[in-house]
Amino acid sequence: MRNRLLPFAIVIAAFTAAPVIAVMSAHAADTGLTVQQPWARPGAEGQVGVVYLTVIDTGAPDRLVGARSPVATDVQLHESTKEGTVMKMRPIEGAAVAPGQPLVLKPGSYHIMLMGLKQTLKEGDTVPVTLLFEKAGAVETQATVRREPPPQ
Amino acid sequence: MPTTTDPKPPRESGAPSPPRLAIVGVLVALVLLVGGAAMLLTGHGRDGPTVGGPFTLVNGDGKTVTDRDFRGKFVLVYFGYTFCPDVCPTTLNEVADAMDKLGPAAARVQPVFITVDPRRDTPPVVKQYTAAFTPKLVGLTGTQEQIAQVAKEYRVYYAEHRTGPGPNDYSMDHSSVLYLMGPDGTFIEPIRADGTAADIATALQKAVS
Repeated sequence: MRNRLLPFAIVIAAFTAAPVIAVMSAHAADTGLTVQQPWARPGAEGQVGVVYLTVIDTGAPDRLVGARSPVATDVQLHESTKEGTVMKMRPIEGAAVAPGQPLVLKPGSYHIMLMGLKQTLKEGDTVPVTLLFEKAGAVETQATVRREPPPQ
Repeated sequence: MPTTTDPKPPRESGAPSPPRLAIVGVLVALVLLVGGAAMLLTGHGRDGPTVGGPFTLVNGDGKTVTDRDFRGKFVLVYFGYTFCPDVCPTTLNEVADAMDKLGPAAARVQPVFITVDPRRDTPPVVKQYTAAFTPKLVGLTGTQEQIAQVAKEYRVYYAEHRTGPGPNDYSMDHSSVLYLMGPDGTFIEPIRADGTAADIATALQKAVS
């Protein structure tokens, strides 16, 4: 009889956990940080990928200091800069965000680099990304894979 | 013996003094630099092979490809590397979209990606990378020497920048310019790599029509 009860237990556990998870993601919103239009480029397994997004801050000033994603072996914050016609890409320690000063990650500027993709990212796929902030801690988001930036 | 009013001690006639030599050297370098930049920007490359030249590289299938294989087509050349997740895909996406916008004229244009990171960008890596943008895009790699040679011909700057101790912990600084070459292999004009697909398509349309 115990085995028959197991599925019920799992269902009950799932229903109990769901609100907890919901509260956890709502907690991120309590920090005043909102992630807008997260998107990633298509990329082949073993190659590199990229995630762009905008962070809006309605709370205290904070700093994006890192990111994680299960689709990559390593994730780094980078900045592209242009000197004349020469493009350079450098890892950065972090990037500030504050009320009225959104943090914009976009092509040719700040971006999250996905090193060593564990899977091929195709248009329409969703990439889970955890943003790590100095004060707010982890903020979860889901980036949609697309070829072009989302319309503003 | 010295008839000049030069207060300096006499020296062998005919040989300029070292400081003068240095000044002449700097002036020559400046003229070359400014002249080269002016030619690149004004498209005076039509008058001579200022950008581009013969190359021997390897395509995504590991087959040898030379500049002569593209004769008869307008060639749009871009130098980049596959570990570049940001700038290179932005440009190559716009190139792919520009090709779509060209319509039938696209058949006369061959977009080519040449890596400046041959160590990581082996033929299969380049093939996988270019295929993601458009099947029309040809990706080329080669030995360090072959890449150095073609980059020199195209006046492309590239340099490795270490970001950590690991073998793959580096990015490549590189010139980001689209070079439009004519069907005879001569340089026509540079096209901005940060332009939109419409900008690139307009430039291509003008050249092929």
